[in-house]
Amino acid sequence: MKSKAHNRQILRYRIAKWLAFTAFVLCILSLIAVLTFILIRGLPHINSQLLFGNYGKEPSIKPALVGTLYLVLISVLMAAPIGIGCAIFLTEYMKTSSRFVSIIHVAVETLAGIPSIVYGIFGYLVFVVALHFKYSLIGGGITLSIMILPVIVRSTEESLLAVPRSLREGSFALGTSKVRTIFSVVLPCAASGIVTSLILAIGRVVSESAVLILTIGMVVNKMPESLTSPGTSLALDVYYFGSHGYPEQAAATGVVLLILVVSINILATVLGKKFGKGELANG
Amino acid sequence: MDDRYNVSISDCNLYYSDFHALKDINIEIEQHEVTALIGPSGCGKSTFIKMLNRMNDLVEDCKITGNISIGGQDIYAKDLDINLLRKNVGMVFQKPNPFPMSIYDNIAFAPRTFGIKKKNELDDIIEHSLKQAGLWLEVRDRLRRNAMGLSGGQQQRLCIARALAADPKILLMDEPTSALDPISTGKIEDLISLLKQEYTIIIVTHNMQQATRISDKTAFFLLGEIIEHGKTDDLFSLPKDKRTESYVTGRFG
Repeated sequence: MKSKAHNRQILRYRIAKWLAFTAFVLCILSLIAVLTFILIRGLPHINSQLLFGNYGKEPSIKPALVGTLYLVLISVLMAAPIGIGCAIFLTEYMKTSSRFVSIIHVAVETLAGIPSIVYGIFGYLVFVVALHFKYSLIGGGITLSIMILPVIVRSTEESLLAVPRSLREGSFALGTSKVRTIFSVVLPCAASGIVTSLILAIGRVVSESAVLILTIGMVVNKMPESLTSPGTSLALDVYYFGSHGYPEQAAATGVVLLILVVSINILATVLGKKFGKGELANG
Repeated sequence: MDDRYNVSISDCNLYYSDFHALKDINIEIEQHEVTALIGPSGCGKSTFIKMLNRMNDLVEDCKITGNISIGGQDIYAKDLDINLLRKNVGMVFQKPNPFPMSIYDNIAFAPRTFGIKKKNELDDIIEHSLKQAGLWLEVRDRLRRNAMGLSGGQQQRLCIARALAADPKILLMDEPTSALDPISTGKIEDLISLLKQEYTIIIVTHNMQQATRISDKTAFFLLGEIIEHGKTDDLFSLPKDKRTESYVTGRFG
């Protein structure tokens, strides 16, 4: 009963399926290769000297841990209020169909797509050179905050737009002002999405290196004394150790960075789910 | 506004950009009456009630002409406090829209907006409003629970309680039972009959039996015009206009 054409069809179907499967395996394998290789080379070298020791003969990432923390704090504390405020303005005060808003969207989209090294050279020219900050954590932090701003604006905007119109109307119909409606109804409803976007922005700050090479000076062996001191970050330490004859320490720092970024992503997912449940069930 | 909360509308027209949504509206609504607005979909009933608490202000390109006053006060006057108007003219929507917060906070929302912060005062308002909405016995043990956990009918009564907590004089209801089952609908209809002693109620409904059960007066809307307005019994038994007769006897719409 089976025709030749039919057999050919089955063959084609099988080849397509196996090709897709092979692609899938290669994809997973490459991920596993990176992870296992870094873990095998790095894990044995994670010790208290590397994590918390003073930088002497043996390198330490303590200055980088502190530097990374500073950078996260500076960039998020600066970008969050501005980004959330901007998103509130765009969704609550502007007509969604207006030309102005679509131009802003294009601009924000473009900013989000700029390679980070370009933000880096901007930070270098403005903070290091023009403003005479020299290499400093504050200059790097501000540059990072500009870099994550579009991410925060877009995702906050989406969270705000997801709040049903009916809730805003319900609030207005009770004689509530626009400001109170935004702060008491709209923002609490969008909180989970906003928090998630902030955490993902932290993830980007932690994994950024190009901006920092040009702005904070990559001083790996000294604890930063203040926000205006030069410093380093975990990602920069990986680069420094790797290019200055400490490949094991570079891999170990890579593991620390991996663990940090994975935890941040898990935290974002968990918080997103926790807030999201039941909140807008009838939205 | 004085203490008589009658609605008086003369020569009123409303446009959504080019669309002429309400045409030459003239109507008087006395206080403590239940007025039902009936008519086919898209004929301007919801637009009409949203004009009374100025919810149409939220719609882009909405233009209104004519005189609309409540209790002798022109509600489209330039110096009118729109938030105070909306406090006095409460609204219940077609779909229940409780805020995703506790039952208590939902009802305390409007009183808090207008400066009532003391706990015992708020407690009293919440108990009173929930009793008025016939929900007190069902939720008194779980006032701190999230309102989204209530059933659809309970949510709608919660929204009624939330509107009543603002201490309105007029209550606008936009098809408040269209999303509810018959039992919940019955409860809300009973509620309306009780509430009319204290409030002026204007209700949009597609259900003609509902209009006859709960309203004193009925207005029939067609294509943005009020075709007929009068006592509900008269309008349904002896309609003056042919079009009203066709509609209430189910020949179109």
